Amino acid sequence: MQIYLPIAELPISVLMVLGLSGAVGFISGLFGVGGGFLLTPLLIFLDIPPAVAVATVAAQVAGSSMTGVLTYLRRKALDLKLGGVLVSGGIVGTVLGVLFFNTMKRLGQLELVITLSYVTLFSIIGGLMLYDALRAMLRVRAGKPARLKRRGGMHPWWMGLPFRVRFYRSGLYCSVLPIALLAIVIGFIGAVLGVGGGFILVPGLIYFFRIPPAVVVGTSLFQILVTMTGATLLHAVTNQSVDIVLAVLLLLGGVIGAQFGGRAARNLNVESFRLLLALLILSVGLRFAIELFIPPGEPFSVVVPESAR
Amino acid sequence: MRWFTAILAAFAVGLAADAVRAETLIAAMSSHQIQITSNYTGSQLTVFGLVERDGRTVARGDPYDIIVTVRGPRRMLLVREKERLGPIWINRTQRRFADNPVFLHVASNRPIAEMMSNETARRDRIGLVNAERPTGGWVDLDPGARRFRESLVRIMQGKGLYDYEERGVTFLSSALFSAPVDIPATAPTGSYTVDIVLYSGGVPLARQQTNFEVIKTGIEQRLASGAYDWAVLYGLATILLALFLGWGASVIFRRD
Repeated sequence: MQIYLPIAELPISVLMVLGLSGAVGFISGLFGVGGGFLLTPLLIFLDIPPAVAVATVAAQVAGSSMTGVLTYLRRKALDLKLGGVLVSGGIVGTVLGVLFFNTMKRLGQLELVITLSYVTLFSIIGGLMLYDALRAMLRVRAGKPARLKRRGGMHPWWMGLPFRVRFYRSGLYCSVLPIALLAIVIGFIGAVLGVGGGFILVPGLIYFFRIPPAVVVGTSLFQILVTMTGATLLHAVTNQSVDIVLAVLLLLGGVIGAQFGGRAARNLNVESFRLLLALLILSVGLRFAIELFIPPGEPFSVVVPESAR
Repeated sequence: MRWFTAILAAFAVGLAADAVRAETLIAAMSSHQIQITSNYTGSQLTVFGLVERDGRTVARGDPYDIIVTVRGPRRMLLVREKERLGPIWINRTQRRFADNPVFLHVASNRPIAEMMSNETARRDRIGLVNAERPTGGWVDLDPGARRFRESLVRIMQGKGLYDYEERGVTFLSSALFSAPVDIPATAPTGSYTVDIVLYSGGVPLARQQTNFEVIKTGIEQRLASGAYDWAVLYGLATILLALFLGWGASVIFRRD
């Protein structure tokens, strides 16, 4: 069954989109990430214009993180104060990101920026996660605790910068400056790549600020919910590139898949999942690296500038 | 005496032109509007035509040839070429084709190369590469322009938006012909022009133009225009819908 997408201006198979978003939703529920980093490239691969893919996935990520936020709110695993700081930074980053996105599109280098960012981000983060997961697995094999104990009194220098604030639920006493910077970077990346940024925010909060993982996921979902809501609105107003029909299809598949993924996550070994997620992120990076480094079969490409519509 | 010969010459030229214009083309479309609804997956139209000859026309030694050119809505197109920069490949040079049709369909009853010379095809802008050739001879001197135009045609053919059917026109009788035109679902909305040219022995005898349009209707049209005219409202509606579906999922799948 095909349905015509009014903004993307092409018909698409309903079952295929539901299956795709369901599978991505399953992965996102499983690993606690938004899944936008998988969905956006897949949609572009299906001939959906990149601008429409990025903007529409923002709406989808907003909807699917809503589900997560409600769940974590019920479990009281959400630090609203920390979330507030992340959101303020995220909004600044999103606005900058949308401006940058439109500038690059005008210059004709948007595709390059997106490809380069995917390659560097995913290789670095995937590589770090893989290293961490392997080390944890080896430690478990050797009969030691999986993670090094947090040492009291030892704090990285950035936590001691001015404007220190106490975040009770996260057990954190830290300067707001580095947290806001992290949030700005993630808002920026999110707006440019159409990803929620959960896969950067979660490890960032755990490794840089040593916040308990249980609170991190809920809080990061909250930040993603707010920034992606803002990004959807900005894309709708500045680009008119949000396809509401596609968004609904993606949401239906995504939220249902995420529920099943969330259930599967409870039954299975955490360490091997971290390893799988690392490999998944690395392979996405590799897929984009191939595009960048291998001589193209067709060096030419044709685009219709959005502004000329 | 000189003015007399001038008039005589003009008269002779007029007669010759009359003889050339002895054939006229009559054309009709099977439909003048394609409506895009939510289950739209492309459409097909047929161009019908009749070559009409008046009684005085002498029988021609060469058969009639018909070329149908369908041009879609015009947009600015950018053609970019990837080049090597250090270890990576990036878009370096680009050429803009202002006012270029996004859809182009050329159909003939036999291969164009058999009908006319290359020069005629270029002069009369016949064929995919020639159809949008800018007028002015100097353009052909720029080898880059031709390379980019040929790449443009090749890529658009790959997308199914440009298409040449060398036997896409069928003569139903010696004077009546039809040409089906496939409009893929990815073809843009807007107005399309259909040019029909009659050739015989490599000489154009008559031409005719008609048109049709592709429009979004119903909910598709309302959503698309809403996204532009009510951008803020449209964005808010999308967000509300997204949050509602997210909330709904957490309620439905709640375990307790």
